Amino acid sequence: MNTKVGRFGEFGGQYVPETVMNAVHELERAYDFYKNDPQFQKELTDLYHNYAGRPSMLYYAEKMTKDLGGAKIYIKREDLNHTGSHKINNVLGQALLAKKMGKKRLIAETGAGQHGVATATVAALFGMECEVYMGEEDMERQALNVYRMNLLGAKVTGVKSGTRTLKDAVNEAMRDWTANIENTYYLIGSAMGPHPYPTMVRDFQKIIGEETKRQLEAMEHKLPDCVVACVGGGSNAIGMFYDFIPNETVRLVGAEAAGHGVGTALHAATMAKGSKGIFHGMKSLFLQNEEGQIDSVYSISAGLDYPGIGPEHAHLHTSKRAEYVSITDEEAVCAFEYLSRMEGIIPAIESAHAVAAARKIAPTMQQNEIMVICLSGRGDKDVYQVARYRGVNIHE
Amino acid sequence: MNRIDSMFAELKKQNKKALITFITAGDPDFDTTEQLVLEIERQGANLIELGVPFSDPIAEGPTIQEASLRSLQGGTTLEGIFELVKKLRTKTEIPLALMMYINTVYRFGVERFFALCQETGIDAVIVPDLPFEEHDEIDACAYAHGVYPINLVAPTSKDRIAAIAANSKGFLYCVSSTGVTGVRNSFETDFDRFFDTIKQHVRIPYCVGFGISSPEQVKKMKTYSDGVIVGSAIVRIIGQEKKNSVASVGLFVKSLRNALDDI
Repeated sequence: MNTKVGRFGEFGGQYVPETVMNAVHELERAYDFYKNDPQFQKELTDLYHNYAGRPSMLYYAEKMTKDLGGAKIYIKREDLNHTGSHKINNVLGQALLAKKMGKKRLIAETGAGQHGVATATVAALFGMECEVYMGEEDMERQALNVYRMNLLGAKVTGVKSGTRTLKDAVNEAMRDWTANIENTYYLIGSAMGPHPYPTMVRDFQKIIGEETKRQLEAMEHKLPDCVVACVGGGSNAIGMFYDFIPNETVRLVGAEAAGHGVGTALHAATMAKGSKGIFHGMKSLFLQNEEGQIDSVYSISAGLDYPGIGPEHAHLHTSKRAEYVSITDEEAVCAFEYLSRMEGIIPAIESAHAVAAARKIAPTMQQNEIMVICLSGRGDKDVYQVARYRGVNIHE
Repeated sequence: MNRIDSMFAELKKQNKKALITFITAGDPDFDTTEQLVLEIERQGANLIELGVPFSDPIAEGPTIQEASLRSLQGGTTLEGIFELVKKLRTKTEIPLALMMYINTVYRFGVERFFALCQETGIDAVIVPDLPFEEHDEIDACAYAHGVYPINLVAPTSKDRIAAIAANSKGFLYCVSSTGVTGVRNSFETDFDRFFDTIKQHVRIPYCVGFGISSPEQVKKMKTYSDGVIVGSAIVRIIGQEKKNSVASVGLFVKSLRNALDDI
């Protein structure tokens, strides 16, 4: 009983109340079984192909490549998935697992609303009850996604406590889970939380990197030299990175949210400014004060507005296999506008952080080198907020 | 000898059960907490849990979340709490436990934390987000400093109870029902079954908490256990009356004591 599970180096673990420990173990056993079950994999693959629209396109960004004058740039179009982001990959996997486990009710936390929308979507598809916890601050920032979730039949519960953002939504979802453990499946949206979530979410997202490798092999007959993805909790990044970890020539770059700048109090740059801690079920890196109180964090992007990071990223960071850069609100908004005008692709403000990092790195690379940007989501949901950032008031 | 062992041994001699109460340290300020501890002891409690406020208390319901926030807004720090305990120890020998989240211990430094527990006179720590499997984060260090890391079991623990019980000291904290802390009007747990399993495996005192808020509930729950734990119902009074809550809390604790002693 006393064996350590779910560790990435020193990070990970299962730091949750006793009330949910058996549920966590039940989930662990179910996942261990179904991940090797051909029938489960067949059903999931079918959903990926016929419902989510996979494989997602790997697009050669020719204009951007020419404009930046360095590496040849490809964009992995997770924004073209059903529901508009990579979140659907994980939700389909976990909801199918929940169904196999006989759970009737899904709960989820959401920041930008993309994970909430994906969960509400699949709950509708599978005929399951769905409740999504969302910080009230985020409900204001992402009102469109709130309406979308309601439209799909989910109940959206506003979280008033703390900073009224993603962190607090996770707290409240965990409290709900503790109270309704018998019938409820907690569908965590990022590669974080207690084991087995970080591993399981990564496994459901690793298709991003696997497809990229295959597609690039067909187009360029080689591996990329650099892949770039944004990180909040880190699910699209770990999905993109994972298959490339053994390929040591591939540079892995995560772009985290620097808000007003890492030198200010208003950022969410866990890698740049965080320290080791234990929170939300995992040992990882967190933004916290000397007393271990979790910091209020800030980013223009509700999806990156989180004071921690998944444990596998913490390990990739401390072992120096991946590097993490901080992107400010201003840089992200500029990248949002840049990709829209340059390639006719409006990125999610989260993904715009990856685009901003790519704009800095690509010009330093050789023209025979290849960079892949993970475009984790589409930006329709962010247009109103970016307009406001630019001082344009869009009336309904 | 740990004060908790002496306390349970003494109660056993008197054929009495333990009354354990929870208050958040520094809510609304340290002076009030000091007065509350002394008054709660005077009115018959046997062990006091001092809650260390945390920014994100995921095991707590709204009442203790708010207390945690009030305390933090008042500037409570862990070092401040140790100062308070040191001061209290010049006036009382009641067993004291710190109830806190693992990040607070981890960030403070596990060795430094337990050394200060020993130095100031803390008898136990209760860490709700540190399950049995992760207890090696603190256990060796805690025991080395004479502090008991208290384990919890819940109605959902089932086949985990035996292993947890075999590795527990002081007392076992039995969580009455699923969900977070807070007042409940009724319980859905099958207590006969839950406590039958506990009785089979547990060789140390076991006490029940979460949702016990009235003398009536104390009367019911004491039949199953060696003691009852009351938190949110007391914290609610402190939340309403703040600095002036000492007398009301005292009366309430007295009513719980009477219920426990069948007076």
